[in-house]
Amino acid sequence: MSRPGERNLWKGPALWWALFAVTWVLSSYSRDLSKALEARWIVKYPAGWRLPLKRDISDAMKWLVEDASFGLFSFKDFTRGIAWVIEVPYDFVRAAVIDGFVVGVGSEASQIAPSLSWIAVIAVVVAIGHTAKSWSLAALVGGCFLYLAIFGQWDSAMVTLASVLISVPIGVAGGLLLGIGAYRWPAFDKILRPILDLMQTVPVFAYLVPILFLFGFGPVAALVATIIYAMPPMVRVTTLALRGVPTEIREFGTMVGCTRRQMMWKVLVPSAAPGLMVGVNQVIMLSLNMVIIASMIGAGGLGFEVLSSLRRLDIGAGLEAGIAIVVMAIALDRLSQAFAARPAKVHSEDAGGESLVKRHPWTSSVLAVAVVTGLAGLVLPAFQSYPASLTLTTGPFWADLVEFINVNFFDQFEAVKTFMLTWLLLPVKRFLLGIPWPWGIAIVTLAGWKFGGWRLALLAGGLALFIAANGLWAKAMITLYLCGVSVLLASIIGIPLGVLAAENARANKVISAVIDTLQTLPSFVYLIPVVMLFRVGDFSAMIAVVLYALAPAVRYAAHGIRSIEPQLIEAGIVAGCTRWQLLRKIKLPLALPEILLGLNQTIMLALSMLVITALVGTRDLGQEVYIALTKADSGRGIIAGLSVAAIAIIVDRILAASARNARARLGLEA
Amino acid sequence: MDKPVKLACRSVWKLYGPDAENFLTYKSHSDQAKNPTSEEIRDAGLIGAVRAADVEIHEGEIFVIMGLSGSGKSTLVRCLSRLIEPTAGEVLFEGRDLLSMAERELIEVRRRKMGMVFQQFALLPHLTVLQNVAFPLEVQGTAQGERETRAREVIELVGLKGRESYFPRELSGGQQQRVGIARSLAVEPDLWFLDEPFSALDPLIRREMQDEFLRLQSMLHKTIVFITHDFDEAIRLADRIAIMQDGEIIQTATPEELVLHPATEYVAEFTRHIPRAKILTARSVMLPIANSGSVAPENCAGEVRAGDRIEDIADPIEAAAAPFRVVEDGEVIGTIDRRAVVDVLVGRGAD
Repeated sequence: MSRPGERNLWKGPALWWALFAVTWVLSSYSRDLSKALEARWIVKYPAGWRLPLKRDISDAMKWLVEDASFGLFSFKDFTRGIAWVIEVPYDFVRAAVIDGFVVGVGSEASQIAPSLSWIAVIAVVVAIGHTAKSWSLAALVGGCFLYLAIFGQWDSAMVTLASVLISVPIGVAGGLLLGIGAYRWPAFDKILRPILDLMQTVPVFAYLVPILFLFGFGPVAALVATIIYAMPPMVRVTTLALRGVPTEIREFGTMVGCTRRQMMWKVLVPSAAPGLMVGVNQVIMLSLNMVIIASMIGAGGLGFEVLSSLRRLDIGAGLEAGIAIVVMAIALDRLSQAFAARPAKVHSEDAGGESLVKRHPWTSSVLAVAVVTGLAGLVLPAFQSYPASLTLTTGPFWADLVEFINVNFFDQFEAVKTFMLTWLLLPVKRFLLGIPWPWGIAIVTLAGWKFGGWRLALLAGGLALFIAANGLWAKAMITLYLCGVSVLLASIIGIPLGVLAAENARANKVISAVIDTLQTLPSFVYLIPVVMLFRVGDFSAMIAVVLYALAPAVRYAAHGIRSIEPQLIEAGIVAGCTRWQLLRKIKLPLALPEILLGLNQTIMLALSMLVITALVGTRDLGQEVYIALTKADSGRGIIAGLSVAAIAIIVDRILAASARNARARLGLEA
Repeated sequence: MDKPVKLACRSVWKLYGPDAENFLTYKSHSDQAKNPTSEEIRDAGLIGAVRAADVEIHEGEIFVIMGLSGSGKSTLVRCLSRLIEPTAGEVLFEGRDLLSMAERELIEVRRRKMGMVFQQFALLPHLTVLQNVAFPLEVQGTAQGERETRAREVIELVGLKGRESYFPRELSGGQQQRVGIARSLAVEPDLWFLDEPFSALDPLIRREMQDEFLRLQSMLHKTIVFITHDFDEAIRLADRIAIMQDGEIIQTATPEELVLHPATEYVAEFTRHIPRAKILTARSVMLPIANSGSVAPENCAGEVRAGDRIEDIADPIEAAAAPFRVVEDGEVIGTIDRRAVVDVLVGRGAD
C-alpha cells in the first residue's frame, strides 16, 4: 500500500513508460549484447529448441489422406462423399446459369438444353428485387447485372454467382442446424464456442492449405473453404435469435402441447425469422468475399480474373474485374438486406378463383422470358449470350489513367511513400525486430497479468511462446509491425471521422455511405488500386489494410459518442463547457470503452487483411501461409495460421480486459 | 362448494438458487417448524418465489390469483400448468398427479384439456389470425378443413369475424388479445389459464374485455385460473380470490368475505377503496331474524333475496320508511333497513 502523495510505480503510466524505455534500449543494443555475451539465443530462437509441430501436422495430414479409415469407409471416401454432395448441385447451377446442360463427355458431348439466357438472369434478379422491396431496388440490381453483361464480365460473374448460390444455402442450413444444437444443448454450445472463435481468428488462407490437401485444386475445394468461412456468423446469429424469442411464445408452444420438433420448427424458428435473415445476409457477403479469395485454389470466376491480372500486373483488366466484384457485392448485399428488413406481411384480399398466372405474376413472367429468350437464342445467339461485339471495355482507359498518374505524379507519390517508410514504417519495424524474444514474451505476459490477472498472463505468455517455439518470432514481429502501423493510421483517420459522424448529421450521411460500401467489398479488391499506385511492398500492404480496417474504428467511435447519456452532456453545457471542452472532457472519456472495442475490431480486420496482402509482397506470417499454399505444405500453413490466430487472441483478450476495466472505472459496469 | 375439484395443489414450493431441492428436503426432515421462514430462505442464498401454496379450484369456478408484481402469482400459475417445475409439492389435475406425468402424457393433457392466454398475447407473427387460432389444432394433427372450420367458429365467438386473413401486427392490442382468447378456446379446454390477459391493454378496452370475458364464461362454464395484479378486476370477475404476498397465499376467499373479514392488514388495504355496495349482499348486512322486530308483511315495505347485492336493491330500500324482509329459500332470515344500506353506500363502519 502506498502512502498518499507517494506515486506507486506499479500503477499508472509510469510503469509502462519505464518498460518502454528498457525495451527501447534492449531493442537497439540486442545485437551488440548477443555478440558481447556470445549468446545468439538472445536474438534468435535456437533451432534446437523448436517444436517439430510442422512436420507432425504434415505427417498427420498425409496419414489422413492415404491411410486413415473408419472401418466401413476410408477417410478418402469420406472427403469424396463430401465433394460429391457439393459438386452435383454446383454442376447443376453452373449448367443453369452459364454452361448449359450437356450429356456425354469430351468430343462426344452434346448440349441438350442451353443455360438461362443473360436476359432471363436479369429478369430473375429484377423480379427478386421487386418482390423484396421496390421498383427502385429492382432497377438497381437489374442495372448491376446489366453492367456485368455490357462490360464483358458476364461469364466470370456467373461462375462466381454459381459458387455463391451453392455455398449460401449449405452455409445457412449448416449454420442453422449447428446454432439450434448450441441453443438446445448447453454442453454443445460450450464446445462449439471456442471453435467458432478460432475459426474467425485464423486467417482464411490458413485453412485453404489443408482443404487444398484434402480436396485437391478445383471448385469443390474452394466451395468447402467458402462454406467453412461463411458458417460461423450464421451459427451465432441463430443461437442469439432463438434466445431472443419472447418467453411467452415459448410457453405458448408448451401449453398447446408442442412436441420438441414442433416447438422448434413451428414456433421458435419462424418467430426468430427476422433475426435469422440478418445471418443470411452475412453468409452471403462472407461467401462472396471467400469465393473471390478461393480463386487461389480453383474457384475460378471474377476472383480468378483479379488474381491473374495482379500476377500479370495488368492494371486495367484487374480493375475491371475488381469493379465487377464490387457491383455484384452491392447487388447481393442490397437484395439480401431488403429481404431481411422486409416489413411484416399484411393480409391480402385474395380471391381463390384467380388463375395461377394472375396469382404469381412474377414467377410466370420470368418463366416466359426464360423460355422465349431461350428459344430465340437458338436462332439468334444475341438472345442467349450478350454479343461480344457490343461489350465495352474500360481496361485501356484505366491502364492509361494509371500510367498518366504514374508518369506525372510519380514524384509526389514516391515522396509520400518514402516519407512514411523512413519516419514511420522502418523505425517501428527495426524496433520490434530488435526486441529479444524472451523479453517480448515477458512483456506480453506482464501486460496480460496487469489487465486480466494470472489466467490471462498464462494465456498470453503461452501463445507468445508458441509462436517463438515454432521459429516464427521474426515473421510474427513483422506482422505485428504492419498491423500496428496500419491500426494506428486507421485509428487516427477513423476515430475523428466517427466523432464527426456522431456530431454532424450531414457528415454522418456521407461517412456512413462510404463506410457501408467499404464494408461490402471483398478484401481482395483493396489490393488493386493500391498496387497500381504504389507497386508492391510494405507500404502498399499498409494502405490496403488501413482501408479495409477503417470501418469499425469509425462505427464504434460514432456509436460510443451517440450512446452517452444526454443528461451528462446537458450537465456539461450547463457548467459552461465550450464545444471543444465538451468533446475532450466529457464525450471522449465516456466513449472510451466503445472506442477500445472498435480498436479491437480494427485489429482483427487488419490481421485478416494482412495475410491477404502477402500477395503484394510482405514478408510476414501472411507470406508464410502463402508459401505453404503454393507448396501445399499443410503443416507449415496451419502453424503459420495458428500463429496469426495467437496474435489475434492475445490482442483481443488484453484489449477486451482493458475495455472492461475502463467501463468499470466509469461506473458503467460492476 | 359442492362441485368436484378440478385442479389442486398442495404445499407447492418454488425456490430459486443453488441446491434448492436439498434445502427443502433437509428442512422437512428436521424436527422443528416444517416450513422454512423468509429469513432461513434468504440466509441459504435462495429466493422464495412460491412458498407452501395450497389451492383447490372447483369445476366451473373463476378462481383469481391476485398479487402485486413480484408476489409470485405468475410463478404459481406456471407451477400449476407445469410450465416450470415446482421445487416441491404436488399438483393434481382431475385427481391425477401432473408433476409425475411423463412428457408424452403431459403433452396429451395440454393438447386436449388446457388453454392459456398470455399477457403479451404471444401470437405467432408469421401466421394470420385464422392460422394462429387454428395452430393448437394443427399441433394435434387435426385435418386442415376441420381445424379451419373450428377456428372460424371461435373467431366469430370473440367478435373478430372478417379479420381472419389479417396478421397480428395489423390488429389493435384489444383485438390481438381476442385472437389470443379465441386461440386458447379452439381446443375446447376444460381448464383455462389466463395470465394477466388484460394488463397490457388501455383501461377502457380492459373494461370492455372484462365484460366480454364474463359473457363468454356465462356461455362456456369453464374452470378458470385468472391472474391479475388489479384488485378491482379480481373483485369484478372472481368467484374466489387468492391473494399473494412475497410468495405466500395469505388469504383465499370470496370477494365478499375478503371485504368483510380481511385476514391481514395487507388485504384490508386493498379492500378499503372498493365500492362495497357492489360486493356485499343483503345477507351480510341484514339484521338477523333473532334481533329483528316483527317480520310480519304489514310491518315491512317489501322483500329482497339474501344473495342480492346492495347496489341492486339500494333504491327501493332507501325510498321506504320500513325495513325489507330478507328471504332465502322461501324463509325469512332477517330484515334490512334504510340505515344499513346507507352505511354500506357511504362506507360507514367499514374499518
